Amino acid sequence: MIVFPAKVAAARAAAGLSRRAGAGGGTSLPGKLLLRMAPDAIPRLSRRIAGGTVVVSATNGKTTTSKMLAAMLEPERRLCRNSAGANLASGVASALLACRGADLGVFEVDEAALEAVAPALAPRVLGLGNLFRDQLDRYGELETVAARWRRISAAGPWRLVRNADDPLVAGLPGNDGSLSYGIDDPSVALPDLPHAADSKWCGVCGERLRYDAVYLGHLGAWACPACGNARPALEVSATGVAFDGLNGTGFTLRTPLGERRVSMPLPGLYNVYNALAAVAMACAMGDVALERMAAGLEAFGPAFGRFERVSVDGHEAVLVLSKNPAGANEVIRTLAHDPAPKRLVVALNDRIADGRDVSWIWDVDFELLAGGVESVVTSGTRAAEMAVRLKYAGVDPDLVRVEPDLAAALDTALAAGSGPAYVLTTYTAMLELRGALTRRGVVPPYWEAA
Amino acid sequence: MIDLRVCHLYPEHLNIYADRGNIAVLRYRCERRGIGFEAIGCGPGDALPDADLYYLGGGQDRDQVAIAGDLVGKAGDLRSAVTRGAAVLAVCGGYQLLGHGYRGHSGDEMPGTGLVDLMTEAGPTRMIGNITLRCELDAADARTVVGFENHAGRTHLGPGVEPLGRVLHGHGNNGADGGEGVRAGKVIGTYVHGPLLPKNPWLADWLVREALEQRHGAVELDPLDDALELEAHRVAEAIAAAG
Repeated sequence: MIVFPAKVAAARAAAGLSRRAGAGGGTSLPGKLLLRMAPDAIPRLSRRIAGGTVVVSATNGKTTTSKMLAAMLEPERRLCRNSAGANLASGVASALLACRGADLGVFEVDEAALEAVAPALAPRVLGLGNLFRDQLDRYGELETVAARWRRISAAGPWRLVRNADDPLVAGLPGNDGSLSYGIDDPSVALPDLPHAADSKWCGVCGERLRYDAVYLGHLGAWACPACGNARPALEVSATGVAFDGLNGTGFTLRTPLGERRVSMPLPGLYNVYNALAAVAMACAMGDVALERMAAGLEAFGPAFGRFERVSVDGHEAVLVLSKNPAGANEVIRTLAHDPAPKRLVVALNDRIADGRDVSWIWDVDFELLAGGVESVVTSGTRAAEMAVRLKYAGVDPDLVRVEPDLAAALDTALAAGSGPAYVLTTYTAMLELRGALTRRGVVPPYWEAA
Repeated sequence: MIDLRVCHLYPEHLNIYADRGNIAVLRYRCERRGIGFEAIGCGPGDALPDADLYYLGGGQDRDQVAIAGDLVGKAGDLRSAVTRGAAVLAVCGGYQLLGHGYRGHSGDEMPGTGLVDLMTEAGPTRMIGNITLRCELDAADARTVVGFENHAGRTHLGPGVEPLGRVLHGHGNNGADGGEGVRAGKVIGTYVHGPLLPKNPWLADWLVREALEQRHGAVELDPLDDALELEAHRVAEAIAAAG
């Protein structure tokens, strides 16, 4: 019989081999091997971390939220993180293998994998951000994921941090010390629930929800007119939100520890939600000062592919992951904060990790871009399909080129003028494009970038 | 002026697979040709409006259950509209509702409109993936339909009822008999989404012609530039064939 330390050593050796072979950063494979040899590896390794762990999950924003939390904590603690977005059990196990001597674990966990991974990690704080429809062919209906979250939210030792603005998340049961966060600023609300809103009906009685403010997708100040189910009180909130184009966002942070104006170098209201999630999780940890939280947000550099600016042969490209309707709609709304016409690459892949079903692009409001386009190159395995979507969104077909090869698409867009090219891509298209840029020496490999 | 009136049934409930893309394609292809276009939403409790084409999309299970009873109440009016010459396009869950009903795993039954002789029952697995059909809606005019299917239901057509097409790649109605969807006169039902019409512009035009006929007679549609749509169709067919 092989003892646990030997299994750990074997999996660590596999990680080293994988890195040297250039087969990615060993972000999933070693953990997969280890879990096959020792299915209880996650609890065994995570128990060794003296300061415990915290876990964040959501359809959108987990990578940015966990990176924000890390920025708040890192100056004082040695963190163990699955920083490359490898957020299934195998990615968490790989991260645990890679970090010896860490005194706190900060993990993002896939929303569908959470039911298995959260009990294994037994985190001090479990942050649940939002549920949007994403990859119906992989995850199934939203209700299935919501039911999983309901089963586990109160099932562990953790303090629950939940987004009160999401009706699917707000009512999740939590233990003592749980916190709710949300936005409290009707001046940045949308006029209506967007077309792609996923949750319009009361989870208790089925009546249509009333919104006093819609902030993003189905997130907002909601209430059921029939049964009294409503957004809970906000312990952590943002008011006075002010957008500085694509450069950043300011808001007043209200927390149980006090109030503070924050100026964050990230665009978009969705990043205010990510910031609130990170702050509320830090508050729930109970040993982080408000100043540290604010400092982490104010010095924040974007996560890999989240409005990440890279220089390519003297031109600027802004890489923006857009992989589901709610996320892509926020990207487009954010781009509209800067009215100047833009050069775009829109890359649509249909590989397994993207979701093989690409119908979701019809739930994205590309119509908002129609008047603000200088030129567009569509790319990826479904480049022509993306061009069809833009045609129906009202983008002048004469401005659209179809180039399935990602690197060639980027070069075409960069050569078409000065100023930045905005590159919107699905998940695997982002990895492929980064691979091409890494080979040219433009960006570090993805497992070092986040 | 010639105009097309489309009734979009339960747009708040049945919209899971980007059903608005189908409506957008119908609108675009009419407006480009100088044909007036009006889409009328019809939700629970609303009277069924007069229309040339009725559209039913797919929804989450819970939303489908929520509207099934209301739709059954509208079935008589819908049947009269079809008898008068209206066309129907029903996709995914909407397709299942065209039939007698849906029998779940535990034997529970959700009623349907009975507009077409077909019945659906829950299967043990979901049928998910790219799909290609060969259709012959007009004699000697074979065409392909491409898209994506994702359904647990196994649909069985009644005796003599014709499928929309034969499956070239994918699962279709039940994964067994090679048929996909249903075609009964001007009534079309299918599991194919993606959405259905953007990559299959010939089918959009077929529906527009059939729907216009009841008030405007036979209408000749001007050709449109479908180069992008046909390229997207070609790529989708190649991906479906690769499995």
